[in-house]
Amino acid sequence: MTVTVKLFASLRTGRFDLRAMDFPADTSAAQAIAAAGVRPEEAAVVFVNSRHAAPDTVLADGDTLAIFPPVGGG
Amino acid sequence: MDTLLRIDVGAAKGPSVNKEPIGAYAGMGGRALTSAVVAKEVPPLCHALGPENKLVIAPGLLSGTAAGQSGRLSIGAKSPLTGGIKESNAGGQAAQVLARLGYACIVLEGKPRNDDLYTIVITKDGVKIEVDNSLKMLGNYDLIDKLRKVYGEKAAYISIGPAGEMKLTAASIACTDMELHPTRHAGRGGLGAVMGSKGVKVIILDDEGCKMREPKDPEKFKAANKVWIEGLKKHPVTGGGLPSFGTNVLTNIINEAGGFPVNNFSSGQFAGASKISGESQAALMTARGGQPTHGCHRGCVIQCSGIYNDAQGKYLSKQAEYETVWAHGANCGIDDLDTIQMLDRLDDDIGIDTIEMGVTIGIAMDAGLIKFGDKEGAINLLKEVGKGTPLGRIIGCGAGMTGKAFGVERVAVVKNQALPAYDPRAINGIGVTYATTPMGADHTAGYAIATNILKVGGFVDPLKPEGQIELSRNLQIATAAIDSTGMCLFIAFAVLDQPETFQALIDLLNAFYGLSLTGDDVTALGKSVLTSERNFNKAAGFTKEDDRLPMFFTRDPIAPHNQVFAVKDEELDKVFNW
Repeated sequence: MTVTVKLFASLRTGRFDLRAMDFPADTSAAQAIAAAGVRPEEAAVVFVNSRHAAPDTVLADGDTLAIFPPVGGG
Repeated sequence: MDTLLRIDVGAAKGPSVNKEPIGAYAGMGGRALTSAVVAKEVPPLCHALGPENKLVIAPGLLSGTAAGQSGRLSIGAKSPLTGGIKESNAGGQAAQVLARLGYACIVLEGKPRNDDLYTIVITKDGVKIEVDNSLKMLGNYDLIDKLRKVYGEKAAYISIGPAGEMKLTAASIACTDMELHPTRHAGRGGLGAVMGSKGVKVIILDDEGCKMREPKDPEKFKAANKVWIEGLKKHPVTGGGLPSFGTNVLTNIINEAGGFPVNNFSSGQFAGASKISGESQAALMTARGGQPTHGCHRGCVIQCSGIYNDAQGKYLSKQAEYETVWAHGANCGIDDLDTIQMLDRLDDDIGIDTIEMGVTIGIAMDAGLIKFGDKEGAINLLKEVGKGTPLGRIIGCGAGMTGKAFGVERVAVVKNQALPAYDPRAINGIGVTYATTPMGADHTAGYAIATNILKVGGFVDPLKPEGQIELSRNLQIATAAIDSTGMCLFIAFAVLDQPETFQALIDLLNAFYGLSLTGDDVTALGKSVLTSERNFNKAAGFTKEDDRLPMFFTRDPIAPHNQVFAVKDEELDKVFNW
């Protein structure tokens, strides 16, 4: 299956902004995060299809996984 | 900082100056003080531009000390925009300088006897008030350029632009930053119009010869300040995300969460978000020789502001804040940073609230006056405000006024103040704050985004109504207390996550004033501020029906979540049950 993986802010440094990645079925968000080269503690906020997602969320073909480091403002 | 400086602009022989002991207001600072003075001295039913209203300008309890991040200024009055009590909060140099000059607050009161425009100069030697009608209708940039040649580079300037002089209800009050750019504004609630109604163009503060305020217990204060600054530097938001990308680091995450209002609150995700994001903005600023990491006042640890240059590498404006980027960007269908930064500059120069203007121009676009995405059209509309044309005066009086003038129903206001950059249908917690804060729609009054979206201070699901009342209540209480210390609200990211940093803040207050406050006392302070503000609003005619979002938020679902705001009215009425 193909998942669109998006990285933001400091996570982009030395990695990428957006990439379509292929994973086997039943891949979890945590596994996809690791495959993107992001350490678990760096992934402060994770969305799957615009909803907050836990690390054990199982991804589906066509999902968008967005990974943010700790950010704030306002 | 035990003196109250009272200036009656309507005195028989011209403005009079009276220095009073702080008296009944002792122990108060910032928002606690501005709201206390307004609640006690301003009749709630008065006209906001009349002689009975007072403009109160107060540094926080820790402003003017060596405490890191303590440079916030509170400005209060009855708001001409909302009709309720208002505290509007600004960075820049003014709070530190005013506190070192020894004033707990300045109170401008009365009504001028003619159309003269005044400058007020405050130094260690006293207060001088002069008529200077040559300053009439000057924009803030030209004003400061003129005055800095007379009063110098070290002074701090608090001023209004043409919008304040015209008493437009979205007018702001500008404070200069370290480079003397008039870019840090008490933006919300039209307080610039109140300053204009007092006939005061500018207050010039010069603390030459004044010392930093001395704590009662210098050793404990120094130790607490060390822990405090370390806490701010080690938290990944205050020590990483904010200094690197500024507040606009939020564009991508709020857009991703589906809560980034587009085209006058008609969708929750913007196709152009990446182009106007903090990441793009910081890269562009660096490429043009600007400064993406910068403090808005001396003693700032977080350094979230910045300097934005145009394509020729020449200063254009400060790094537009997230709220501004959203308001003038996504909410108007504009995905071009140079346009947004030009609008930001015009807002600062005219002296008008960026949030209110972005929402208002979005409404004008919705009405068909110009098209969504019309960059030149948006700039021209804002210029109308500065010129004071009839159309400009309507726009300059904000979203509510413009919605009525052009027959638009989708007008995102609470208590007639425009909603900021988070759609309450996708982020329920912030909707509770918008609806219930005594300030009118204001994200800073109880920043539920922290816990709804950013996972700071825990996590409450933004798409569900459960837990939002308690979240907003606790944040509103904490914010009212923080706004009284002079601390920048962004400390909350570190304070919510790190108990030792919260304790360091209390230790700073205790060491400075020789007190033994606990966390409970801080909570009690926040509740007391909110109670006095709500009592003022009640006496001004506000009821629980004013603590509601516009009905379209509970009727019209928004993409991508296709949900409406789900917190019930009877739940909203429980926010202040403590």
